[in-house]
Amino acid sequence: MSFLELANQYREFDFPGYFKSVTAGDVETSLSKAGDINRLDVYDLLNLLSPAAEGYLEPMARMGRQLTLQYFGRTIGLYAPIYISDYCANHCTYCGFNAKTDFPRTKLTLEEIDAEGKAIAALGIRHILVLTGEAPAKTPITYLEDAVKILTRHFSSVALEMFPMEEEDYRRLRAAGADSLTVYQEAYDQALYKEVHPRGPKSDYAFRLLTPERGARAGFRALNIGTLFGLGEPRAEAFMAGLHARFLEREFPDVEVSLSLPRMRQAQGAIAPRHLLSDTGFVQTMLAWRLFMPRLGITVSTRESAQFRDHIIHLGVTRYSAGSKTDVGGYTVRNPDRIAPGGTNPDTTVQFEITDTRSVAEVTQMIRDSGYQPVFKDWELF
Amino acid sequence: MDNLKEKVKEDKLVLGHKAFTSRLLTGTGKFASKALIAPMLEASGSEMITVALRRVDPDAPAQDNILAQIPDTVTLLPNTSGARTAEEAVRIARIAREAGCGEFIKIEVITDMQFLLPDNNETLRATEILAKEGFVVLPYMMPDITVARQFHDAGAAAVMPLGSPIGSNRGLEMREMIQRIIDFSRIPVIVDAGIGRPSQAAEAMEMGADAVLVNTAIATAKDPAMAGRAFAMAVEAGRMAYRAGMAGQKAAAEASSPLTGFLREA
Repeated sequence: MSFLELANQYREFDFPGYFKSVTAGDVETSLSKAGDINRLDVYDLLNLLSPAAEGYLEPMARMGRQLTLQYFGRTIGLYAPIYISDYCANHCTYCGFNAKTDFPRTKLTLEEIDAEGKAIAALGIRHILVLTGEAPAKTPITYLEDAVKILTRHFSSVALEMFPMEEEDYRRLRAAGADSLTVYQEAYDQALYKEVHPRGPKSDYAFRLLTPERGARAGFRALNIGTLFGLGEPRAEAFMAGLHARFLEREFPDVEVSLSLPRMRQAQGAIAPRHLLSDTGFVQTMLAWRLFMPRLGITVSTRESAQFRDHIIHLGVTRYSAGSKTDVGGYTVRNPDRIAPGGTNPDTTVQFEITDTRSVAEVTQMIRDSGYQPVFKDWELF
Repeated sequence: MDNLKEKVKEDKLVLGHKAFTSRLLTGTGKFASKALIAPMLEASGSEMITVALRRVDPDAPAQDNILAQIPDTVTLLPNTSGARTAEEAVRIARIAREAGCGEFIKIEVITDMQFLLPDNNETLRATEILAKEGFVVLPYMMPDITVARQFHDAGAAAVMPLGSPIGSNRGLEMREMIQRIIDFSRIPVIVDAGIGRPSQAAEAMEMGADAVLVNTAIATAKDPAMAGRAFAMAVEAGRMAYRAGMAGQKAAAEASSPLTGFLREA
C-alpha cells in the first residue's frame, strides 16, 4: 500500500467535527498512554492536536522534553541551506519563486557552487541542504549530479530539497553523494492543493505525495517531510503530516524520518496565508508529533525568529538551520560586499524572509548557553 | 582486608590483549557539552569509552572534536553507529583504524530506526570480516544464544547484548535471554543499552555480566560526573556480589558440586 491509499481514506474524514468532539478526558487518556512503551494511535494524535489539548501544553511539554532527551540527548544538529537555482516552472500561488513572479532568475555555475560551498563550510557547517526550483530544462539531472559531487568536497552530508523526481534520478543523485531527501507536501488537503498549484508539474498531487517513498526506495538514509502551515487547516494538516511520517517509519524502518514545521510568511508576489499557525499552535503540533513518534526528528529553520527558536529548543526540536541565506548565491557569489553580517543580499530575490538572522556562531552559542551541544557532523558518506 | 582489596584489583576484564580494572564502559553521545566528558571519565574511573565515528570531525575546533576530549589513558572504542549494512560497518571500522582510533571496534548495525534495535545478521557478517582483519570486535546484538555462539566462532572479543532499547532507561527487559548468554558464553558479556539506573547496572553485574556500557543515563543526567561515579560504584558492588557467591545465586555461577560431589568420590 502506498501513502496515497491511506491519505484517500481520510478524504472524507470530518476533521472539524472530530476536533470539536474531543474532551479534556480524551486528552488525558491519550496523555496517560504517552511515553516510550505504548504506541499512540491515530486517535491519540488527533486528541493531542485538538483545541481541548491546548489546556495540556505544559504536561505535553514535560513529556516531550523527556522523550527527546532520552533519544537525542542534549544535542541539536545544525545544517545550512544552499540555493543553487531559482528558475521555476511552477505556479504555486504562495511562493516568491513562482513562474509568474518577474525577477531576474539565477543559476549558479559549478565554480560558484564550489565557492559557496567553501564559504559555508568555513562557518563550521558540515551538513548542507541543496535547494532548487523546479525547472528541469535549466537544471537537468547532470547539473544536479555535478552540484552534489562538488558539495561532497566540503560537506560530510548532502541533503536535497529540489522537486519530485523519478526513482531512477534519485538513484543517480544518491550515487553522486546525496544521502537525504526533503520534500514538503505543502497541502495534504487535495482540493486546496489543486487550487494553490493550478499549473505546472507540481499540480500532480499524487506524484508529489509519493516522492518520499520513491526516495526511500532509491536508498536515501533520511527523509524530511512536512506541510506548509498557512495553506490548509493547521490541525488537519498536522495530523496528515504525522500520519505520513508514521507510514514512512513503518514502511521503511531503516530510514530516519523527520518532520518540519514551515510557517508561511509574506513573500514577494505571493498570496496571504489563510490559516496562520500561531505560536501556540506551532508548539502544540510539535509536541503532539513528539508524543506520537518519540524518535522523530524535528527540524526548525531560520524562518522562525531568534526569540522563538531560543524558547522551543527545550520542546523537542532536534535540528536547526543556522546562518541561512535563501537567495541564490547569497553567501558569497552575488556582491558579497553588500551583505551585512547575517543579512540578505539586496540584489537577489529570496524564497522567504529569514527571521532568525543570527550567524552560525551566534546560533551555536545560543545552543550552548541553553545547555545543549551543537552537533555539526552527524554523518558522512562512508 | 588487604587480601580483599587485592582480590578486587586482580579481577580484570580482558578484551583482546588488553586488561581493564573498571567494568563500566561509557559513551560520548548526548552530552550537553563535550567538555563534560573528561570529568565524567575521571569521576567514574571508566577505562573505555565508545565514540560514534560518524560524529568525529578531525577538522573541527578542539571543543567540537570529541577525540580531543578523551584522555590518552582511556581506551577508545569507536562504533559504527549509523551503519545500515555490514559493508558500511566494515568501511567505518577501517576508517576508524586509519584515523588512529586503535584496534577496538564496536559494531552497531541498525536497520530499525523506530526502536533502534540491532540487526544480528548484518552485525555477524561485519564481525566475520573485521575479526579476520585483526580488529578487536565487540558486536552490539539482540540477545540470542545461538547468535552469541556464532559471534564467538566468528572471532568476536566479547558480545554486547542489549538490556532494552537504546535510550529507553528500561533496564534489563531482556533479562532471561541475557542470563542464558552469560551462563554459556566463552567470551565476555557486556550488557549494553537501556540501563537507566545504577541499580540496573548492579543487577546486570550480579547476574554475572562481565561489564556494562552506560551512555544515555550518564550523559543526560544533570551532573554527569556524579552519575558516572554512581554507576561505577554500582558496577563494582554488583561485581563483588557476583564473585562473593551470595546465597540464592544461580548454580551456574558455582564452580563445582560441593553438596553432592562426595557421591562420586571413591
